[in-house]
Amino acid sequence: MVIKYLLEKEFKQFFRSPILPKIVFAYPLLVLLIFPWVTNFNVEDMKVSVVDKDMSEVSRRFIRKVDNSKYFQLYNVRNNYGEALKDIEKGNADVILELPRGFGNDLETSGNPEALVAVNSVNEIKGSLGTGYLSAMLNGFVSGNAKGYGMNMYNPCKDYKLYMIPAIMVMILIILCGFIPALNIVNEKETGTMEQINVTPVSRFSFILAKLIPFWIMGLVSLTIGILISVLVYGMVPQGSFLTIYLGAMLFVFLVSGIGLVISNKASTMPQALFMMFFVVMIFVLMSGLFTPVSSMPLWARCFSYLVPPRYLIDIMRSVYIRGSGIADNSFNFSMLFLFTVLINIWAVLSYRKRT
Amino acid sequence: MIKAEHISKSYVSAGHAPVKALDDVSFSVSDGELFGLIGPDGSGKTTMFRILVTLILADKGVASVNGMDVVKDYEKIRNSVGYMPGRFSVYQDLTVNENINFFASLFGVDKEESMPLIEDIYGSLRPFGNRLAGALSGGMKQKLALCCALIHKPDVLFLDEPTTGVDPVSRKEFWQMLRNLRSNGITIMVSTPYMDEADMCDKIALMQKGMILALDTTENLISQMGNQVWGVSGNNMYKLLCDVRSYRGTLRCYPFGNSHHVFFNSQEPDISDFGNYLWGCGNENVKIERLEPCIEDCYLYITDGRRI
Repeated sequence: MVIKYLLEKEFKQFFRSPILPKIVFAYPLLVLLIFPWVTNFNVEDMKVSVVDKDMSEVSRRFIRKVDNSKYFQLYNVRNNYGEALKDIEKGNADVILELPRGFGNDLETSGNPEALVAVNSVNEIKGSLGTGYLSAMLNGFVSGNAKGYGMNMYNPCKDYKLYMIPAIMVMILIILCGFIPALNIVNEKETGTMEQINVTPVSRFSFILAKLIPFWIMGLVSLTIGILISVLVYGMVPQGSFLTIYLGAMLFVFLVSGIGLVISNKASTMPQALFMMFFVVMIFVLMSGLFTPVSSMPLWARCFSYLVPPRYLIDIMRSVYIRGSGIADNSFNFSMLFLFTVLINIWAVLSYRKRT
Repeated sequence: MIKAEHISKSYVSAGHAPVKALDDVSFSVSDGELFGLIGPDGSGKTTMFRILVTLILADKGVASVNGMDVVKDYEKIRNSVGYMPGRFSVYQDLTVNENINFFASLFGVDKEESMPLIEDIYGSLRPFGNRLAGALSGGMKQKLALCCALIHKPDVLFLDEPTTGVDPVSRKEFWQMLRNLRSNGITIMVSTPYMDEADMCDKIALMQKGMILALDTTENLISQMGNQVWGVSGNNMYKLLCDVRSYRGTLRCYPFGNSHHVFFNSQEPDISDFGNYLWGCGNENVKIERLEPCIEDCYLYITDGRRI
């Protein structure tokens, strides 16, 4: 079998390459040890400048409560709004909390006191979360001892890492199984060895298959490393079965290697291939729900995200990891992945010509 | 046996006028012949090769290699020809032996069987068997590529500018190897931009602008030229060139190394009149001598010195 010799050659080249073997191990390690900490949208320790016009026992109690929460930290108490605004302008404070005269009185008589919250919203997430937290705190303060019960389903500590890590693993697969083999093929084109192979009886199919198989294996190895890291470092064990994860991953690996093939067929030089990849990766990262949830996108973007295949695997990974879903629960995601795998690989075959 | 009939090929790119790479080219190469395509860069040599080794399709015309059509029987052709592209294209990150073994296994042949054929070439590579191909010298790389192209004992060998960028000694050696291969019965088609290599071929085709201008043995081409070549040199070479060209008996004149080569209208030119004319124009130290024409004279004569 000629494919055996082709594979032998690919593996030789792979392990002889100065970076590729390192990428398989270092990439998931690096990405999973660093990314979950930086892509953290939890907001803590916002500095509050307080304007207390009420100066009552009640208002002081509320300020203490705010200061004691883990989200806020009292920066200073100012006499008027203007002074507090200066704190924000200088960057010393993030939030102004103004308690109007009669705050304590209102609470006792109508139970409906008002307070002004002004937030520096340059960072939109920090801004809206700050407002939200403070209002929630005020409501809690008003209702006094009557406690409201909120429950965070599936992710009780609202840990952002639990949300990000399964998605980051998908990124690893995109890079390792989609882009590296594509660059590898374009490299053969560029150095002219492709032409040499083309005049041999080797069929295109076996040549490409021999290119992809090593990276399929490496991709799954990398994923496994990623899963191990998330268990060892973050103590994250998927609630669902590994079978679902690996099945989705394998389907996805075929899909992204198809995308890689299309790119390698269209590009004739490495820079061309790289720029096409940047383009695709940007769309994948921003539109697939990797960072920002698809549900918070405008309608047109939500529709578009159905065309972004990583969306489905990210969905599967998150649901298996966090909710413990199985294959049946993800039947829509699986069938969409399957559909895209077929479509993209047909495109890859059509876009390839051994002769022009 | 290689046969090309009325082959035309244009390259089309969006927004540009199509570039005609080959324009109605016909030629044939007999079995066991060493055939040279001689022409400057951009004359269509590589395009011709790529059509014959089934990498691209011609727009018009038919071509066959050993009786196999380049379009219909491309799979058979790929089994029986060896091709060495202009760029060094074996795997730089595999060793010499790994490359040879790899190409042998692609063709499903035993390397040892082909050894007698490549022994001559492989001999000098043997000490570097475990060296990465990327670390070889230019001449050695060329030998390795030739070994890989020969590993399956092809009937026809296509070599696209195999000596470009190779030092003069290695070039000589390389041509000697080609002549040895030819004596093994392999038909060889080779292209080169170097005119001096034309003498090493049995037959050559002079190409320009995608057309074959002349096709014959070097001796025939030179003798067919008929005219004699004279070399003229003097103190001010540029003024001399202009003056020679303005002489009424001059047919063509080109700068050629350190003298100008002149073709006259008549077979028996009046050299003393010519000398007097140049002297009268104010040229000093004028030397006029009769030269043995070479293939380069032939090329310049046919193309009238124009490159494009």
